[in-house]
Amino acid sequence: MASDAITVPVGQTEARPWVDELHQWVTTVDHKRLGILYIVSSLLFLVVGGVEALIIRIQLMHSHNNFVSPEVFNRMFTMHGTTMIFFVAMPVLFGFANYLVPLMIGARDMAFPRLNAFSFWLSLLGGLLLYFSFLGGSGLYGAGNAPDVGWWSYAPLGSRAFSPGHSSDYWTLALLVSGFGSIGTAVNIIATILCLRCPGMKINRMPLLVWMYLVMAGMVLLAITPLSAAQIMLLIDRYLGGHFFDTQAGGSAVLWMHFFWIFGHPEVYVLIIPCFAFMSEIIPVFSRKPIFGYPVMVAATVCIAFVSMSVWAHHMFTIGMNSYANSFFTLTTMAVGVPTGIKIFNWIGTMWGGRIQFKTAMLFSIGFLFQFLIAGLTGIMMAASPFDWQLSLSYFVVAHFHYVIVGGILFALFAAFYYWYPKMTGRMLSERLGQWHFWLFFIGFHLTFDVMHIPGILGMPRRIYTYEPGRGWDTLNFIISIGAFIQALAIIVFVANLIISYFKGAPAGNDPWDAWTLEWSTSSPPPAYNFAMVPTVASRRPLWDLKHPEDPDSRYE
Amino acid sequence: MGCLIIAESAIFTIFVVAYLFYLGKSITGPTPAEVLETPIFYTICLLSSSLTVHLAAKSLERDYRRLFLGLWLLTIVLGGLFLFGTAEEWHRLIYEHGLTVSTNLFGTTYYSLVGLHAFHVTAGLIMLSLVAIFGFAGRMGVSQSGRVAVLSMYWHFVDAVWVVVFTVVYVVGR
Repeated sequence: MASDAITVPVGQTEARPWVDELHQWVTTVDHKRLGILYIVSSLLFLVVGGVEALIIRIQLMHSHNNFVSPEVFNRMFTMHGTTMIFFVAMPVLFGFANYLVPLMIGARDMAFPRLNAFSFWLSLLGGLLLYFSFLGGSGLYGAGNAPDVGWWSYAPLGSRAFSPGHSSDYWTLALLVSGFGSIGTAVNIIATILCLRCPGMKINRMPLLVWMYLVMAGMVLLAITPLSAAQIMLLIDRYLGGHFFDTQAGGSAVLWMHFFWIFGHPEVYVLIIPCFAFMSEIIPVFSRKPIFGYPVMVAATVCIAFVSMSVWAHHMFTIGMNSYANSFFTLTTMAVGVPTGIKIFNWIGTMWGGRIQFKTAMLFSIGFLFQFLIAGLTGIMMAASPFDWQLSLSYFVVAHFHYVIVGGILFALFAAFYYWYPKMTGRMLSERLGQWHFWLFFIGFHLTFDVMHIPGILGMPRRIYTYEPGRGWDTLNFIISIGAFIQALAIIVFVANLIISYFKGAPAGNDPWDAWTLEWSTSSPPPAYNFAMVPTVASRRPLWDLKHPEDPDSRYE
Repeated sequence: MGCLIIAESAIFTIFVVAYLFYLGKSITGPTPAEVLETPIFYTICLLSSSLTVHLAAKSLERDYRRLFLGLWLLTIVLGGLFLFGTAEEWHRLIYEHGLTVSTNLFGTTYYSLVGLHAFHVTAGLIMLSLVAIFGFAGRMGVSQSGRVAVLSMYWHFVDAVWVVVFTVVYVVGR
């Protein structure tokens, strides 16, 4: 271990004019700066997507509401879904990968720094293209028109006849462009992990976060590309008069569904595996115990990656597949719960008997564990195809996947923010505001998404812009909307915390959490060159070895 | 490049699946059996270019620069011939048989699959030509052999895809 890397001071430079500073950020190829650019841009999109969610919730607050027109409502749920998945969740996770992976494996930068910058600007361009549709969706008519056919853009809704103008084209191009960005980053992550590990960092000594990002990047290669291919087909249909998804010429609408969900379901795991990665770093540190079952965790991750590639059609039970297909996809979907369950046991095993410190990051992690468990359980319920026939396309499904994405992914992301913010900025996030953030968000989340299961069971379909009074949905929807506003309040607290702590937070020092992985051995924020000397590691917890030379981990490996 | 090839394979897989799925589902003609002719000569061109690019990369490793340049140019010529073959076939299909992307499902899937492959050949030819220009400028030495090896890997991939496309379109599809 390069212990003197800790004492190297950050090169303090004089304040530069802001144009200079901006120029440096725009032209940077530094993995840390790109990571922060990814994270900041996705936070901006998070706010935009959140506002869209609030518009949806205001409209559904009571029956026969006229807050927005049906057309605007359609645009809102389409844009909300597309934004949150492609321009919030993906970039923010890539941002953390960019920032953390080279630091954790003791590398100077990513394997292809310029490809890295290119990928970031591609995915940002994709997001801007999507939002430009508000202005340019109808060409020069002046009346803007965002995509309004749902984030799946099921055929034939995406075809020219049903989606005139350019709104769907902006959607297609945005996803195509950001998809290429994702592939570039995935290639980069894999090359970095395989080629740039520091001496002693054998593949079975890598931090679990690095392992899981390796698996995630591999999945991106296989999951995003079918979407890109399908988007190319859609473009051919729309512009060259092709018939891929044109049923009148013998084409198949179901094929689009298959192609979309071959992407769509692995995508869920592309998003959740990095969150598993955050949990596997954060829970051990705040439980003061090494991770329980490292090899099993890796095996379970790889297992999830494989199985999740063959579960996509459980999104399509209601289109009338034959019973063999239904049984196959029911079985695989249930099977994917097994490795996931193993992981949850391992995290609980890590906490078991540990000296748990209830910092904000740990609170969010514990929230993640329980909510992700419930999300998994409703998932198993709907994996049974007869059950799915009853509840598919109802608010039960909406509640289920928001439980995964908000209760699982977003909670894990918040934990990651509280854990790594000190490393990225050199300042601690305020614990007091953090507690407010956690409890407000926790209450708001459960108010919204626990209750949301019930109108689903009562038969409320998703994507309706209003409903008749007297069906027993009114009170429930009102409660759901109130929960949404509490969550929005919590997000405001969070953003305030990010901004206030950046200027006034307590200095973090190199290693505020007494953690064990390499990123905490360098200064906060790390210098451009990351490590003054290339670190050498001898175990899975290099900093433990450094702090406890009398009893190093390497003795037991 | 290995990763990129995995990703590219997934894209091609989707197009191949679409082609196979829509085989014989066209409502109107022309059908593949009526209009397609097996492009044996051009296939041989493309496949043998895999050999020449491999030998070229090997000779660069041993610093036989003239041999490298010769084999490299041969690769470009063979790739160009293949592309010419595709263009000729498309010309025939469009002007003699009136088959375009919008004619029927066969047209849609055929032009997208073969076109996607031709696009990759074109991209490969551009990269090969860039290397050739550097070669004439005398910049290609042993130090570049790693990069050339990566490029030749891409070219092998394009060839391997053609084997699949050929099987699907000209053997199974008819």
